[in-house]
Amino acid sequence: MYELQFDPVLCANCMTVDCIMKCQYIDMELATAKEEHDKVVRGEDSAILRKCVTCYACEEYCPCDNHPFYLIVERQEQLDIHPVPKPIEKSQVIMMAPKGRIERQEVKEPVINLCYFPMLKRSIAGKLYEGASLIMGSDIFCNLMFLHFARNSVIKERLPAMMDNIMAYHLGPSGVKDFVCYHDECYGTYTSWAPAFGMEVPFRPIHLFDFLQKRLTELQSQIKPLGIKAAYQRPCSNRLCPETDRFVDGIFELIGVERAEREYDHENALCCGGVMEAQQLFDLAEEVQGKNVEDMKASGATHCVFNCPFCFFTLMGKVTEKGMTPILMSDLCRMALGE
Amino acid sequence: MDRIYEKLAAIVGKEFISNAPEERYLYARDQGVQQASAPDYVVMPDSTEEVRQIVLLANEERIPVVPMGGALVLSGLTIPLRGGIVLDMKRMNRILEVNEASHYVVVEAGASHGMLQAYLKKHHPAVKHSVPDAPPVATVGGNMAIHGSGHLSQSEGGFHSEMVTGLEVVLGTGEVLKLGSCSTVPKWFSRAPLPDLAGLFLGWNGTTGVITKIGMKLFPSPKLKDVMMFMTEDIDSVTDILFRVIGTEMAEDIAFFVSPMPAYFDGFQLLMVSVVANSEKEMRMRKELIRDSVQSYLDDKEAGFLPLPPHMKVKLVEAPQKNLSEFADVMKGGGFEYVGAIMPVEAIPEAYRAGLKITEKYNITYSMGARVVGRGHSVMFYYAYPFNRADKENMGTVAKALEETNEAALEMGGIPWKTEVSGQQLILERMEPGTYHLMTQIRKLLDPNGIMNPGNWEVRS
Amino acid sequence: MKQEYADIVHRCFRCGWCKLPTNYVDFNCPAYLKYRFETFASGGRMWLIRAWLDGDIETSERLGQILFSCVTCKNCVEACALPKIKDSLVDIFIAAREDLVEKGAVPPAVRDYLKAMSISGNPYKKPRDERSDWAKGLDLPEFTDQEYLFYVGDVGSYDELGMKMAREVGKLLRDTGLSIGILGSAEVSDGNDVKTLGEAGLASHLMQENIRVLRERGVRKIITLSPHGYNAMKNDYPSLGGRFEVYHYTQVLGLMVNDRVPKGTLDVKVTFHDPCYLGRWNREYWGPRFLLGSVPGVRLVEMDRNMQNALCCGGGGGNFYTDILGTGADSASQVRAREALDTGADILAVACPICHKMLDDAVKAEGLEGAIRVMDVAGVVNLSRG
Repeated sequence: MYELQFDPVLCANCMTVDCIMKCQYIDMELATAKEEHDKVVRGEDSAILRKCVTCYACEEYCPCDNHPFYLIVERQEQLDIHPVPKPIEKSQVIMMAPKGRIERQEVKEPVINLCYFPMLKRSIAGKLYEGASLIMGSDIFCNLMFLHFARNSVIKERLPAMMDNIMAYHLGPSGVKDFVCYHDECYGTYTSWAPAFGMEVPFRPIHLFDFLQKRLTELQSQIKPLGIKAAYQRPCSNRLCPETDRFVDGIFELIGVERAEREYDHENALCCGGVMEAQQLFDLAEEVQGKNVEDMKASGATHCVFNCPFCFFTLMGKVTEKGMTPILMSDLCRMALGE
Repeated sequence: MDRIYEKLAAIVGKEFISNAPEERYLYARDQGVQQASAPDYVVMPDSTEEVRQIVLLANEERIPVVPMGGALVLSGLTIPLRGGIVLDMKRMNRILEVNEASHYVVVEAGASHGMLQAYLKKHHPAVKHSVPDAPPVATVGGNMAIHGSGHLSQSEGGFHSEMVTGLEVVLGTGEVLKLGSCSTVPKWFSRAPLPDLAGLFLGWNGTTGVITKIGMKLFPSPKLKDVMMFMTEDIDSVTDILFRVIGTEMAEDIAFFVSPMPAYFDGFQLLMVSVVANSEKEMRMRKELIRDSVQSYLDDKEAGFLPLPPHMKVKLVEAPQKNLSEFADVMKGGGFEYVGAIMPVEAIPEAYRAGLKITEKYNITYSMGARVVGRGHSVMFYYAYPFNRADKENMGTVAKALEETNEAALEMGGIPWKTEVSGQQLILERMEPGTYHLMTQIRKLLDPNGIMNPGNWEVRS
Repeated sequence: MKQEYADIVHRCFRCGWCKLPTNYVDFNCPAYLKYRFETFASGGRMWLIRAWLDGDIETSERLGQILFSCVTCKNCVEACALPKIKDSLVDIFIAAREDLVEKGAVPPAVRDYLKAMSISGNPYKKPRDERSDWAKGLDLPEFTDQEYLFYVGDVGSYDELGMKMAREVGKLLRDTGLSIGILGSAEVSDGNDVKTLGEAGLASHLMQENIRVLRERGVRKIITLSPHGYNAMKNDYPSLGGRFEVYHYTQVLGLMVNDRVPKGTLDVKVTFHDPCYLGRWNREYWGPRFLLGSVPGVRLVEMDRNMQNALCCGGGGGNFYTDILGTGADSASQVRAREALDTGADILAVACPICHKMLDDAVKAEGLEGAIRVMDVAGVVNLSRG
């Protein structure tokens, strides 16, 4: 019912094949890349489908916004290719399923959608979030993580119900139209994935960093500049909304943090390696994590700032081992407010 | 006042004997589904000499004596089936000697695993002992006496009873003996090369005497700990996977488990592989070799290692794990009992299927799993059934399921471990007559008046 | 017993995690440590309460001893393996005591304490006007419209060591320059221990009476001497209409105004004993440590059982008054005194008048007077000031 809005002609005419040529994990000559990508477009098996680490980056690399990554995921599923071992995939589908426990909740703006991270509930506190309403749980979970499992079908099946739930139980009755997505994944779902599959979004998502920057500007007089240098770990889902990366700079400037200049940031950001571990690519994960953390350290950063909780949990140990402090962006901002 | 009470009070002091209804009520039952049976006295000795005097008195008066450790056996082995004295050993909990060079510790039988673990961590961090899955108040004596197993059983030599280096026991006659090297020299390092008599007290459920002191093996305690969780959906592959992982000799502990709850584990089989190392380099190497051993499963995408967030790992590297006790609240009723069958490794798939069949038949929930004992020499396969203590019917159903599970385990070539009296009967029915005859002869010799935990290991007349 | 408790009392598995602290060092339930019978552990108590509710055992003197020897220290709550019921454990024990009080089947020592509280308003059966004796010569003003009320409670008002402690704290508070007043003989017992001993009606009466006095005086912020009073005012008073900002003195002196009093230098090793009603009951572990750490030359050493794992002094849950736990080598206070000595500390610092008295007696009973000295945290600070 929901089909990917993808134009094969654009790919046929593409001479640079940026989606593959810029990929940090697939190494191909241009001619091979073109050939293999054509296979993907035609729905045939390809090395790309087997080697993809599902880092989402090609969504950002494609100059035509033709959704190369969503296409890879479509084809993987059609060809019964499983990036992650089947039992783990199956178990995750069950684990993240809606539990049907949602209750009607009166909300007031700003509404913070904490996705399915109840363990971060305590982070939503203090001046930044004063008066905020919090929504979360399996019944409003975007399910975009199933891109990593080659299961667009799960997202297609669940997402409409999730959006209905958000409207029926939270936003609708309170007459609220907007909410802040704590996680890039939700924001990317509503601003990239849903439109790419022709799904209508009945509310307006706001990126957490957009919200934080505005709140910090309002609270500017209370900010005590932190005076630190921090590396930023850009998450895969930010590839779906690259325009929001600039908010990191805006926030850092407000709270007196210098964004460490390093090789693996912005478009060249590296995956945290968590998904590679799930794909059982342990050597690759170790190599990528090692490169990434070394790069952070070499940049002179004392802190590593995360937005994605999954990246945070995956890399926190390695970051700490190197003598840096791992911290979520939201907590860093609260720190600048003396909390 | 009761004459025997007075005599016992004279031995242990008035504070440490009771025949009050409260103690008689509590010591009459355990956490499982076995029938209650009250003791006449609960006595807490503080020394081997006091144990000796109590046993002598019991002999004189022909009163049963039931030694009790942590009160955690679940299958009624410390319920005094014929009344008499319950000997609560937990006052005898001193740590007497730690020999790091020869890797052993000597403790009084009532010392708890938790306290010993804390003591070693503080005073001898280079060594550790094998910790059972039981709560930390489980006693060393109790666990040894039932052939316990635990963390390190896979890598360091099998059942806890195999880790015993020496014993001090009080026989049913009141005679005090030392077994192992400590019988001959003042060190507790080994049972060899002497005739091995310790076995007369291990696995006997306290029917041959009271263990009062234990020498036990210690093992190196590397600084780094990690855990790997392997998931498959094919029970028939589990034996092969275990064989491969064991073959690496890189794991400290290997346990397999299945559970219908939470739902995302239902139908899957999980293997928890504990790894320890002295350096990051060693840890990486160990984990890599373990992963390599199952690479073909990873390539086929038919099984794989679950990514575990650090907060989950913190809990999983702990031994013992608290969530095992949490299982008792599954039915919101404060109870579970399990059949822990010692089985050959290859029986796992059949054992699993038999468990599913039984739980389906009785409509009860479960947790099943197996701990590898030795380098794949056997497994302790457990069928744990939670119940609601406030629901007698539910407890009755679970009791029936446990009995059927005992039978099924024996049919599959397994032997129920620390099993209740009905399970003991099933074992004895199948036992070679000569073996049972020898058992009874030994008991007569060590406990001529039959006062030691009577009702256990006895063929019903 | 409330239905919600009766409905869950059977859910205890009696797995025994509750006997130990979370680091397993040694038995940490004072009643179990002393008596060692399974019946005296929290699990045993849960099973007996259920048996009693079901009529399987009778009300008896032994049952009273088992239930009233609980010191309500919450070690069991901290260590219990069952997350769905653990928070209710001590509430269930108190509810069972309430049932015994209602039946009039309490141990004589409990009866005497409750009688004294009911008739004299204090456990010492002393006249009310002696409540202000501790403050003589301290130049602490009676509360009128000061920012803080310093509330000392029964032990601080009447017990010799408690009064000494009240004076030390009062002196230090005074010297910080905080705007502070006391109620003197107008103070009413906080009701905390009456509540834990199962006399809910009398506890509620005392608490309401106290709230009335505090309100009449226009009190808004309270600093308590005792963690027991702190607990009652913070957690029980709001539901009775008494909403105050409540602090234990170590919070004020350790975290809020630590820099206001100049301290001298000491050359001592100090170990701190966490009071249950400040620690496990209210999660305050750092205030006293910051205060001690602020004295130059104080070397703070920890006992193996500290913070959430601290061993109770044995005086909680009314045992300070009823002495049902009693003395002896395995009594919590004596075990704790030996544990403090093992750290090599010169001073065993306390932050509760009950702990002060219990541990002071224990040090004497163990013959350790020359080896270690029990002092309250404020006393240590004052010692440095000469």
